[in-house]
Amino acid sequence: MNQPLPPNSFRQGPDARGRFGGFGGRFVAETLMPLILEVERAYEAARRDPEFLAEWRALLKDYVGRPSPLWFARRLTGHLGGAKVYFKREELNHTGAHKINAVLAQILLARRMGRRRIIAETGAGQHGVATATACALFGLKCVVYMGATDVERQQPNVFRMKLLGAEVRPVAAGAATLKDAMNEALRDWVANVHDTYYCIGTVAGPHPYPAMVRDFQCVIGEETREQILAAEGRLPDALVCAVGGGSSAMGLFHPFLDDPGVAMYGVEAAGRGLDTGEHAASLNRGRPGVLHGNRTYLLQDAHGQIREAHSISAGLDYPGIGPEHAWLHEIGRVQYVAATDDEALAAFQLCSRLEGIIPALESAHGLAQVIKLAPTMPKDGIIVLNLSGRGDKDIFTVAKHLGVAL
Amino acid sequence: MSRIAERFAALRREGRGALITFLEGYDPDPATSLAILRGLPGAGADLIEIGVPFTDPMADGPAIQRGGLRALKAGATLAGVLALVRDFRAEDAATPVVLMGYFNPILAYGVDRFCTDAAASGVDGLIVVDVPPEEADEIEPQAKASGLDLIRLVAPTTDEARLPRVLAATSGFVYYVSITGITGTRSASAEHLREAIPRLRRHTGLPLAVGFGIRTPEQAAEAVRVADGAVVGSALVDTIAASLDGNGRARPDTVRRVLDQVRGLAEAVRAVRREPAAG
Repeated sequence: MNQPLPPNSFRQGPDARGRFGGFGGRFVAETLMPLILEVERAYEAARRDPEFLAEWRALLKDYVGRPSPLWFARRLTGHLGGAKVYFKREELNHTGAHKINAVLAQILLARRMGRRRIIAETGAGQHGVATATACALFGLKCVVYMGATDVERQQPNVFRMKLLGAEVRPVAAGAATLKDAMNEALRDWVANVHDTYYCIGTVAGPHPYPAMVRDFQCVIGEETREQILAAEGRLPDALVCAVGGGSSAMGLFHPFLDDPGVAMYGVEAAGRGLDTGEHAASLNRGRPGVLHGNRTYLLQDAHGQIREAHSISAGLDYPGIGPEHAWLHEIGRVQYVAATDDEALAAFQLCSRLEGIIPALESAHGLAQVIKLAPTMPKDGIIVLNLSGRGDKDIFTVAKHLGVAL
Repeated sequence: MSRIAERFAALRREGRGALITFLEGYDPDPATSLAILRGLPGAGADLIEIGVPFTDPMADGPAIQRGGLRALKAGATLAGVLALVRDFRAEDAATPVVLMGYFNPILAYGVDRFCTDAAASGVDGLIVVDVPPEEADEIEPQAKASGLDLIRLVAPTTDEARLPRVLAATSGFVYYVSITGITGTRSASAEHLREAIPRLRRHTGLPLAVGFGIRTPEQAAEAVRVADGAVVGSALVDTIAASLDGNGRARPDTVRRVLDQVRGLAEAVRAVRREPAAG
C-alpha cells in the first residue's frame, strides 16, 4: 500500500472545506447547510474574540474546576511493573467528564448567535448532563435526544438531566442508541432553525463541529503538557485514550501531534471481540463512508447500510468516529487499538481497587490498553491516560455484568 | 432532450403542473413495490421518485423512516432498486424516474459504476440528499457523464446569497422544500408558496417542484397553482403502512389503495389550469 507523505505539521487541519485529508466535509441536506455555515461564521468570529475566550476560561476555572490534576498512579504503576502511569483527571470536572469543556464554549457561542433553545444527543448521558447543566446555568431551554436503549441503561444520568431542567426525549428508531439520537437531533434542528442551536458532543458531524469541538477540548492536552513538564521535566512517551466519537482523545492528542517522541494510542471498543461483529471498532473493522455530515470510517455492510455498534459502554456505542481520527489513522500518526467489554470490566475493577478511582467504562477501555502497554516499557517510561469520566453512572451496568443485584 | 425536460415541456404545453410521487423502493416488498410503480403512470403520476432505503435517513420524518426500514427488511439494496427501475422501464419508456436517497449506499456501490448503471437502468435524475453543492465534485462529474440530472433541494433557509450557487449546481428541476423540517411533518401554507416560488423564478428557468409538506389533493392543487410540480411522498407511504396486515405484509388491496390515492391527487392537480406556454 502507498503511504501518503507525512505533512509538515499534523495540526493544520481541517482545510477550507472542513477536510482532514480525505475525511470530514459537510455532507448535509440543503435544509441544514445554511445553519452549519452560520455556525462556522459564528465560531470563526468567537475564537478570535478575546472576550469570548476569557468568559469561557473563567467558567472552566471557577465552574468546572480546571485545571484538572495530573495524577501519578503509583500503585497501578507498581502493579504493572513497567512505565510510570499518569491519569489526566477529567473525571474530576464538574458533571464528571470532559464533555463540559466543549459544552460551555458551545453554549456561549449559541448565546452569541441569539439562540435560546439548545438540543443535544447523548449516548452514556455525560454529554446530555453537561449540556443540561450549562443550559441551567444560562437559563436556556434544553432538549436531549437519547436512544431508548441508553435511557434504560443510564437511568442515573437521565434523572440528572431531568433534575437540571432538561427534557429527555427517548429515540426508539434503529437500535435506539447514539447514532439514532444524533439522527433525531439533526431532524429537530432543521425543524427549529430560528431559535435552536445543536450542541454536538463529539468531534464528528459536519464541519465546523469536528474542528470546533476539538479546539474546545484541547485544554486537556495543553494542561497535560504543562503538568507533565512540571512533574517529569519532559514530554510523555505515550498518550492513551478511549475513542468513541473521539473528543476526549482529540483533546489530549492534538497539542502533542507534532512531537515525534510522543506515541499515541486511541482505544476502540472491541465489544464482545473484534471478530464477533459485536463491537464499535470503526477504524479497526470499518471502512470509509458518509454519515452524520462527514466522511469517516464507519461500521457498514457491503451495501453501505450502517451497522449497529455494540459496547458495554454507552459512550463508545457509535458506528463512526471523528474524521480527524480517520485521517490520523490513515497516515499512521496515532495507533488505534481495541479493548473488549471484558478487558474494560477488569480494568474498571483494578483501577477502583488500586487507585481508589472508579473510572467511567469509556475510560476503562483506555486503561485496558495501559495495562497491556506499561509492562512492555522501561520503568522510566511515561504514559498519560486520559481518565475522561467517572464511573458512578456505570455501577449499575457493572454490577449486572458481575452478577451482583443492587 | 432528457425525459425530465421533455415531460415538463409537454406539461407546459398542456397548461398544467406535474404530480410527482415518492415511494421507497421495495416498500413493503419488491413485488408489491413493482406493481405500484407500474400502476403509477396510469393513475396519473407524471414523474416518479423512488427512494433508495438507508438506515439513517436524516432528512426524513417518521413515515418515510419506517417505509425505509420495511424496505430494508424486505432486502432492499441500491442494486435491487436499479433492478426495479429496469423492470419498470421494460413497460414504460416515457415517465421520468428520479432516485432519491443518501450518499453512503452510492459510495459503497461505487460512484462511477452507480452512475453508469443507473443511466443504463433507465434512471433520469438523482437527488442525493446529503451531497450539497459544496461537495458536488463527489458525484456531479460522473452524473453528467452518464446524462443523469442532479436535482437539488432548495430550502426556505437557503438565502439570496446562496441561492445562485445551489441553482447553478442543479439540472432537471428544482425541488423546493416548502417547510423548514423533515418530510411529512408539516404543511406549507399557500401564502408561503406564493411568495417563495416567484422568488425562485427570478433566479432560474428550471421547472420548480414543491415537496416535503404536501399530503392532500387540495394541497397538491395549491402547489401547482404557483409551482410546476407537487411531490407527494409521506402520505402515500402512510397508505402503504395502513394497508399492511399484522405481520407487516402487503394485503391484496395494498396496490389499489395507493393507486386510488394517486388518482385523487392527479385529478386535483389536473384541474388546475395554467397559462399554456409554447414548448
